[in-house]
Amino acid sequence: MTVASALAIVLSLVLLAIAAWTIAARQTFAAVVGFVAYGLLLSIAWVALSAIDVALTEAAIGGGLTGVLLIGAAARLRADEAAVSAERPGAALRWLAALISAAVAGAIAIAVLSLPDPAPTLAQAAAEHLSVTGVGNAVTAVLLAYRALDTLLESIVVVFALIGVWSLAPDRVWGGHPGPLHHADPNGVLAYLARLLPPIGIIVGLYIFWIGAELPGGKFQGATILAAMWLLVMMAGLADAPAISRTWLRILLVAGPLLFIAIGFAGALTAGAVLAYPEGYAKLLIKVIEAALMPTLTLTLALLVAGAPERTARP
Amino acid sequence: MSVPTLFGLCAAALVGFGLYGVITDPQPLRKILAFNLIGNGVFLLFGAIARRGAAAGFGGDPVPQGLLITGIVVAFSATALAVALLLRLFQATGSATLAGDQPTKVETGARDA
Repeated sequence: MTVASALAIVLSLVLLAIAAWTIAARQTFAAVVGFVAYGLLLSIAWVALSAIDVALTEAAIGGGLTGVLLIGAAARLRADEAAVSAERPGAALRWLAALISAAVAGAIAIAVLSLPDPAPTLAQAAAEHLSVTGVGNAVTAVLLAYRALDTLLESIVVVFALIGVWSLAPDRVWGGHPGPLHHADPNGVLAYLARLLPPIGIIVGLYIFWIGAELPGGKFQGATILAAMWLLVMMAGLADAPAISRTWLRILLVAGPLLFIAIGFAGALTAGAVLAYPEGYAKLLIKVIEAALMPTLTLTLALLVAGAPERTARP
Repeated sequence: MSVPTLFGLCAAALVGFGLYGVITDPQPLRKILAFNLIGNGVFLLFGAIARRGAAAGFGGDPVPQGLLITGIVVAFSATALAVALLLRLFQATGSATLAGDQPTKVETGARDA
């Protein structure tokens, strides 16, 4: 057995143990904390699978933002936890569920063991046309050149999700500030970190965004780090989330996808196909789209965590 | 056994754990968490398949890797929407239960004034 596969076995076992814990733990809060640790370990698994770009995304979103979101929700639902968990289904149903789950997992395991060899791959095709796009990172080329349509739809989907979250606001507070107002000890550790970390985090976020054209990184990972820094400042009570009726906010939220669509359709005229780039301009246009998506993604990801408006807008 | 196969089997087990949690846990937040385990399992399986497709000097097939990044971001937005729905249910009815279909208390709008 090689070191790599020994490491993979240990990592898989720890991952599965924590995953089982998040299902079995009595306290929701404990389960959620387990889920954060699990997200960080999962990003190591992505490194073991040579998917560094995915590892960065997983660590930032799976471990970071999802963790903040779930911990916040668990804290707010704590009062009700005991009553709801008493509605646990009977033993017969649980055995049936275990049987169904085992069957599904078994079927997937059989599929994994019977994957075709040699594996089908598009890596060769991705490498052949990489020079045309001008970017060095093949994953960025997939996201913004080969499969730009997916990324375009995704950038719209996240904004739609935010509209969905906002639409849950009671009529009275529509247009107001998302989530509860956070208070923290102004001399406490949280407020200290919220002053210390953002300057560093902003530089790291922008660097990861910029380097994404050549090395692992990109707008999603960069935007998530920037969003996390903003959330930190909000949670320390140093700044409030903007009221959702602000015009600047709404313009920034749609600017990225709109520019992406505009460049996409311009491709129909200049390069002969929607979302195609004219020769020699591919890298420039990819960076322009990524730069336009950065503010949209940063705001959307942070405001998705902040939640539905709960307080009326202050003038 | 190769590394991608190992993580592929790990992914299968994650889907199993998640599915069990979604069916049996009565708390909606725990169901959301379990659903994320299923999602992670699917992503990890896709990542293992990407690793198997390593060629042309890449450690893995970049096409599934790119789609995975898209998938993780979309899964996060879906989770955020689900959590927001749940918190609104709790705010409107005073309970986060999915049992029964009658809300126990109707939102008057004066709750958080």
